[in-house]
Amino acid sequence: MLTLQAVLDGLLLGILFALIAYGMALQWGVMNIINIAQGDLVILGGYIAYFMYLYGIHPGWGVIVSPIIMYFVGVVIYKLVINKVVDRDLFISILATFGISILFMQLMNFAFGADVVLANSGYGTTMLFDNSVTLPNSKIFSAFISIVFAIGLVVYMKKSKLGRAIRATAQNARAAKILGVDTEKVYAATFGINAALCGVAGALISITFTIHPYMGLPYTIRSFMIVIVAGLGNLPGVAMSGMGLGVFEEFADYILGTEFRIGSVFLLLVLILVYRRFKLSRKREYLK
Amino acid sequence: MKIKNIIITFVSAIAILFSTSVASLAKVVGDKIILGAAISLTGKYSSNGVHTQNGYNMAVDRINDMGGIKVGGKTYKFDIIYYDDESNPKRAAQLAERLISQDGVEFMLGPYSSGLTKAIAPVTEKYGVPMVEANGASRSLFTKGYKYLFAVLAPANLYLDVAIETAVELNGGKGVRIAQAFEQDAFSQDVRLGILDAAERTGSKIIIDDKLPKELNDMAATLAKVKAVKPDVLVVSGHTKGALTAIRQIAEMKVDVPMLAMTHCDAAKLSKQHGKNSQYALCASQWHKTLTYKDDFFKDGMTYAADFEKLFGYDPPYQSAESSAALLVFKDAFERANSFDQKKVRDALADTNMQTFYGNIKFAEGGQNVDKPMVLFQVMCDDAGKCENKVVAPLKWASAELIHPIPKWSER
Repeated sequence: MLTLQAVLDGLLLGILFALIAYGMALQWGVMNIINIAQGDLVILGGYIAYFMYLYGIHPGWGVIVSPIIMYFVGVVIYKLVINKVVDRDLFISILATFGISILFMQLMNFAFGADVVLANSGYGTTMLFDNSVTLPNSKIFSAFISIVFAIGLVVYMKKSKLGRAIRATAQNARAAKILGVDTEKVYAATFGINAALCGVAGALISITFTIHPYMGLPYTIRSFMIVIVAGLGNLPGVAMSGMGLGVFEEFADYILGTEFRIGSVFLLLVLILVYRRFKLSRKREYLK
Repeated sequence: MKIKNIIITFVSAIAILFSTSVASLAKVVGDKIILGAAISLTGKYSSNGVHTQNGYNMAVDRINDMGGIKVGGKTYKFDIIYYDDESNPKRAAQLAERLISQDGVEFMLGPYSSGLTKAIAPVTEKYGVPMVEANGASRSLFTKGYKYLFAVLAPANLYLDVAIETAVELNGGKGVRIAQAFEQDAFSQDVRLGILDAAERTGSKIIIDDKLPKELNDMAATLAKVKAVKPDVLVVSGHTKGALTAIRQIAEMKVDVPMLAMTHCDAAKLSKQHGKNSQYALCASQWHKTLTYKDDFFKDGMTYAADFEKLFGYDPPYQSAESSAALLVFKDAFERANSFDQKKVRDALADTNMQTFYGNIKFAEGGQNVDKPMVLFQVMCDDAGKCENKVVAPLKWASAELIHPIPKWSER
């Protein structure tokens, strides 16, 4: 039963992380920007749900309100900062988003205070096998909403005009521009969509875990790892690697102890990168 | 050329003289004794930093209003120079250096948290500046041989000692099975060491010993293990994040344990944020307003709490109470030393033996307060869902009876 509990806990956790990674993969693929402020956008989204909860609105509605607000936050960040670094090298964008991250942390601390907070959903618990496996309904809700948004995004990308424009820009921005795609608009929308996904994830985190102005970085790192493992532009891969990492983490926790949980994930990342390099080096061709 | 040299020497001599005279003036200006404090007013400790500052300010006003400090037949008043350390240890150390060498402060009050106190203590020690601190409980602060560091609070290893002893007592003197999860930071690990000591002393067995990573707020794996092995006591310490996460996940996963002991319930506003889910949790606290210690300035805990609330609009957490107590200790030491000589004040501090509204204060060799036990309160809720913290141990101070074992989730 412990094994089943671990697998289910890991899957539910992984799906939530995958949603954050989804946004990162999207804007990394389209704009070639690694967004260090990803986790801070998540936390900001969480605060939106938390404040709804404080004012008596059920925090579950945060998954609708938060992405709408966060979309506009994302577009504003794009217009103010990101559009100035979008064609520059990766290092500049890392620096810029790192700056945004620090700014967000401090602003949230200033505006919301440094207390650790959470929103209670009151969703209760699902008990299986005579109470030996317990699944908080808030986690099930999180996973469900994450899947809905992820599928929604894939469909939107395939069917809508903007989605096609985003994909075209990701493939070749210059060609897309020549063919009449307003890449500037596409970039702004991409960053907005990413922020909106962070908003959804944040709202879910506020009802499943806790939020705090300085808690963003672990989410950035986690989504970064998921994207690295899955590879860019591989959205189903992101979902798989998110869930896989979640389950792997839970098992590492059971077998090695909680203190090795994060360490083992990093070890896995190193192994995957080494393996990838090894595979690449075999494919490498030389001009003779 | 010669004349120019003489002028430069003369001017610099005056400048040096002036700067030293400013420095020495800063210690006591007119009738004011100036204390220095680097406090986290921004950054991740800012909530508790503000509690600390409010505690200091309230005590300064109270002591000044009630006649001030009498040294050498003259009456002085307290004043504090504050700097914001941004919750950053490096910045805290720089600010301590600045307070001492630029502002000429000769007596310091502590910052918030063990980590920041650890950063400042080597600086105050280097300059021989007596520091009374109220918010650094880590045991490692008191084993370094610091001579100028005094802490009014009980060290971290004593935080949950009482819980284990109570559990053993309720088990008929036989050892208990303990599951514990502690964050990997100096404070929580010190609390853990205390539990290890208590377990050894009482013949108890530790069956789960998890270290929670700082980055993650998920304890599901630990709690699943707890469910499987069914310990007698579950101990959790991981600051406010740990307390909030533990209660949320224990309730969600319906983990049944006879006793749940934790730290930082006060700061986490546990009963407010979790309501009835936090019921029966035992929390270690340095102070509680219902304790009956007394002094001339704040009378007792209840009066302190009422006055504090009138001033700042919220119920004082123990971080504020202990900060106020630090000022009472300084006042007492100045009057007994009857001097502003740092060495004499330090010796007077070392000889402190007094009661304040916050508790008895007497320092051991290492600077920790050994005369004030920790108290345990239990979160108790009424049918309407209103929850309150009631002191249950030690028995001498108890205002309610400990509810043990905790009723199963299926029976609640």
